[in-house]
Amino acid sequence: MLLNILINGLIVGGIYALLAVGFALIFSVARILNMAHTAFYMVSAYLIFVGTSMLHLPLFPSILLAVVVTVILGILCFYLFFDRIKEHEFAVMIIAVAIASLFQEILLLIFGGTIRAIPHIAEGFLDIGGTNVSYQHIFAFFLSMLILIILWVMLSKTKLGNAIRAVAQDSEIANLMGIDVRRIYVIVMAISVGLAAVSAAVMGPIYMISPLMWGQPLVIVLAAVILGGAGSIGGAVVASFILGYAESIVVFMIPGGAFLGGAASMVVMVLVLLIRPEGLFGVIFEEERL
Amino acid sequence: MKGYLYLFHRWLRGEVLSIPGRFIALIFFVCLFLLPVVTQEPYYLRIVTLAIIFAIFAASWDVLAGFAGQLNLGHGLFFGVAAYAAAFININLHWPPWITIPIGAVAAVLVGLIVGIPALRLRGMYLALVTLSFPLILVGLVFVFSDVTGGELGLFGVSVFSKSRVVSYYIIAITFTVCIFIMYKFTDAGSKYLRIGILLHALREDEIAARTSGINTTKYKLLAFAVSGFFAGIAGGLYTHYLRIAGPSTLELFFSFNALLWSIFGGLGTIYGAVAGVFILYPMTEILSLFDLGEKIRFLVLAIILIFTLLYMPEGITVWVLDKIEVKCPRCKLVNVFWRKRCRSCRADLYPEKRKEGLQERKHKNEVSI
Repeated sequence: MLLNILINGLIVGGIYALLAVGFALIFSVARILNMAHTAFYMVSAYLIFVGTSMLHLPLFPSILLAVVVTVILGILCFYLFFDRIKEHEFAVMIIAVAIASLFQEILLLIFGGTIRAIPHIAEGFLDIGGTNVSYQHIFAFFLSMLILIILWVMLSKTKLGNAIRAVAQDSEIANLMGIDVRRIYVIVMAISVGLAAVSAAVMGPIYMISPLMWGQPLVIVLAAVILGGAGSIGGAVVASFILGYAESIVVFMIPGGAFLGGAASMVVMVLVLLIRPEGLFGVIFEEERL
Repeated sequence: MKGYLYLFHRWLRGEVLSIPGRFIALIFFVCLFLLPVVTQEPYYLRIVTLAIIFAIFAASWDVLAGFAGQLNLGHGLFFGVAAYAAAFININLHWPPWITIPIGAVAAVLVGLIVGIPALRLRGMYLALVTLSFPLILVGLVFVFSDVTGGELGLFGVSVFSKSRVVSYYIIAITFTVCIFIMYKFTDAGSKYLRIGILLHALREDEIAARTSGINTTKYKLLAFAVSGFFAGIAGGLYTHYLRIAGPSTLELFFSFNALLWSIFGGLGTIYGAVAGVFILYPMTEILSLFDLGEKIRFLVLAIILIFTLLYMPEGITVWVLDKIEVKCPRCKLVNVFWRKRCRSCRADLYPEKRKEGLQERKHKNEVSI
């Protein structure tokens, strides 16, 4: 039981982290609350499905194709919608919801409501101390960790990462220092959507894909970002693991807990926010405090 | 008697007929109450009745988000709690709707206060996401305690208002009129009798400034949550007694987003905007679903309309239309129809810039003629 919870929480948290980091990135840099983030993840999952089942491509080329197409779609969305009304935070959020439901309806029109599956990257199980863990889960965990490390190195060591962090801190001053803020926004949007697309390749085989699949992970991602403190990418990762563990504990310990998995994450989030309104790692300026 | 009639006539002419927005509202309510006289087709009555219920719901969201500035993404919580409470009492105790609906609304108020407590410390996005989480927590609980709540099927077998369809319609329509009137007056920032409207306005614009001026922001925030929850609860009670079912679909994410969608399409921070949004969008989607193709694309059309409204009319459709047909007198601030040249009360020029240009033109002409 304990081992089950430990392993499951770790893997679920790792997968959530991949989605949450992309969301936190675009939110902290461009202040865009991209509610369509998981919709991009859904689109990418469907593109992989199209590649493997309809075009009969091998798995990896179709993943590559899906990631590229989704990133282009994300950049298009940025130019067409987000860029125009970036000043109004609420309008951006609502337009993102509209975009997400647009994707959902288009996918419903094309593929119908049936649940589809995409092939696993790795088949089989591994026996860890009496607990069966599928290779796909292990692969998902290690890949997301790898991507997070690469992202961290990119953000902290490279010139581009410096520019991104500068824009996140103060876009006006960054602009004065000669950084093309709009270009940084586009790059960050591409990275964020790209992360969502990659996580589709990792998570798609574990969770079934359907046109309604964006709702559930969206809630978890929002909870993780808010819990970690908006604007803190490390916080989002830590919060993802906390939520992953909260969910695993409830699912394994409480009868009928499968229904309460999402609710448990929400309760954790609300409790933490009651004690620390700015999230675990968030910073709040003194004049903003209430 | 005759004197009162004369006064009424004067009031109607001066305060309603000469102001385009109010004139449209009057026509709307007259149509609403004459509808069963014109047609008793169950399908049309059903669409309009549901639109009325959703209009109360959307307007109650507007009170909280548009006026008090507390962006609530889980407004379906109030609706759902009231629907479940009313249905539960009605089924188990067989109390009639006129008792169960207020009880449901009070339950929603209590929930509103519970939600309001974290809202006191949070703001903006944090608040939006915390409120979003509450209905999801409740959905989990509904599924776990499915022997009480009916699980996925919900509670059914709720009693109706009346056997007659038309009587039910009138009960709901009158409730709607009263609710909208109260909400409109409650949030009216220019009211002479209630301070609450202007206080909510201050709260939304700048909370810290409001507190510095000695406004008890905690009290008014909680009051906004309670009032909004109350009216959303009434909508929920009407809904459950009209459809005779209370299900978990009212707690879904998308149900709450519908309130946002309608209010923002109609115009945020105006009660009539929410009503107009519902009465434009809801029947449209229903009519679309009559056709084979329309059934499939109705939400697609809705999403596209919303995107374009936000891009080109970010203030909402009612604000946009009223801006075109109403003009405020620059001297006495009285609202006039756009085709008038002079204010109906003080005879001041309504378009001073235009007149100036005209004068200059005439002068020019005179000079030429001389």
